[in-house]
Amino acid sequence: MRKAVIIGAGMTPVGEHWKLGLRDLAVEALLNAMDDAGIDKVDSLYVGNMISGPFVEQENLGALIADWAGLGNIPAVKIEAACASGGAAVQEGVKAVLSGLEDVVAVVGVEKMTDAWPSDATRYLAYAADAEWELFHGASFVALNALVMRYYMKTYGYTEEDLALFAVNAHANGAKNPYAMFKRPIKVETVLKSPYVADPLKLFDASPVCDGAASVIITTPEKAKELGVPKEKWVEVAGMGRAIDTISLASREDLLTLKAAKVAAERAYKMAGVEPKDIDFFEVHDAFTVMAALSLEALGAAKKGEGAKLAKEGQIAIDADYPIQTMGGLKARGHPVGATGVYQTVEAVLQLRGEAPSQVPDAEIGLTQNIGGTGSNITVNVFRRV
Amino acid sequence: MARPMQVSRYWRHFREKYMLIGGKCENGHVHFPKRSICPVCGSRNVEEIELSGKGKVISWTIVRNPPSGFEYYKPFPLALIELEEGPIVLAQLTDVDPEEIDFGMEVEVVTKKIREFEEDGIILYGYKFRPPVK
Repeated sequence: MRKAVIIGAGMTPVGEHWKLGLRDLAVEALLNAMDDAGIDKVDSLYVGNMISGPFVEQENLGALIADWAGLGNIPAVKIEAACASGGAAVQEGVKAVLSGLEDVVAVVGVEKMTDAWPSDATRYLAYAADAEWELFHGASFVALNALVMRYYMKTYGYTEEDLALFAVNAHANGAKNPYAMFKRPIKVETVLKSPYVADPLKLFDASPVCDGAASVIITTPEKAKELGVPKEKWVEVAGMGRAIDTISLASREDLLTLKAAKVAAERAYKMAGVEPKDIDFFEVHDAFTVMAALSLEALGAAKKGEGAKLAKEGQIAIDADYPIQTMGGLKARGHPVGATGVYQTVEAVLQLRGEAPSQVPDAEIGLTQNIGGTGSNITVNVFRRV
Repeated sequence: MARPMQVSRYWRHFREKYMLIGGKCENGHVHFPKRSICPVCGSRNVEEIELSGKGKVISWTIVRNPPSGFEYYKPFPLALIELEEGPIVLAQLTDVDPEEIDFGMEVEVVTKKIREFEEDGIILYGYKFRPPVK
């Protein structure tokens, strides 16, 4: 079977980009990735995006971005899987390369969220929930995660302070990342003193509404050689998996198991031929602190109910056994929803090339996990240093 | 804000939202809302079942920054309620002091206004849950 390697990675800083539109951000990230690979054309483009329609009244992102990036008459489409759109777009790009149909593929994840009023943004994000049985009742995305958070704390005896440690860790790493939205460390008290958005979930338990775009270029090792891309730049896409769970939280078999992450991870581990203990760093989807805990459990880094224990024991820091959110995670780097999975990929590439601003020593294998919905659509990718 | 055809969209779910109609498959699995395929065993032999509307709170939150359209009601309590027949339902709690909400609190269904639309004038009703009226 063919192998897939990432040969170029680029991104824009995450933030409130008042002066830039969706197309500006996407084109900038895409050209950064192409320049990084040293190429000027690609065979196709996959765009990870969740809700450009409601946010900026723009769909048909494949045509928009390929056109404005000057890529010619290539095939280009948008991939949507709620907040996991970016991770899913990377997977579609890899699949195109592995299938042999396309040799050099560009993936760009983009989301422009700050052009909407906050309460409308809250509504659009809830489109990833079940419209008739969740949003109908006024459920926001934060509220659904708050229901999980309270149940998790009650079931395993954790406190708001315990979960705040995930935010503290994310900010500590994000402080060193020039592309992060929040470049300052915080304390547990910062989280605890922040206002409740949906009790017991506070503002600092949640990732911000923001804008950003990230991009990677995928090809085969043979083609990479032909294009003259130096081997130090290659990062292998070793494994990938994707799975869904019930779209509504109430229908879940177990509220505290991210079944979709578990299934996706099993597939990704099997394809890569690795186990959780082989992973040097985990980029998990910490859109809310409780999701970081549940993700560590679903990915096999912690036993069920012990995800938050890893944070309490100091095991999630850069130099510990299970480093997570090495460049700030969704919490501090920012979470431009449909772009997040591609940002995670770019960050994994930087770690594995040894170019990350907060480097995990000797990182060889990294994992990214991207959650759509309240755990309803999840992608897991495993990357390896070539 | 974009508005789908609220009338047809709402009346499609009249039975579930007014009468709490769920589904029960040939193997006895009960779910809500009713589906044509049992989410547990995959059976397509599913009958309608009217749920009692009695249940207990298994988790809850206070929504302080709701999606647009619900600003008027904020803050409001939203909960996951386990019905006595087994299914879990997401709904707002009503007629309750937020301080009194607790794990395992008994609640019963009640039909209430969910939301008003300013432009087309539609008022949506549906189920909410409250502490049992003695």
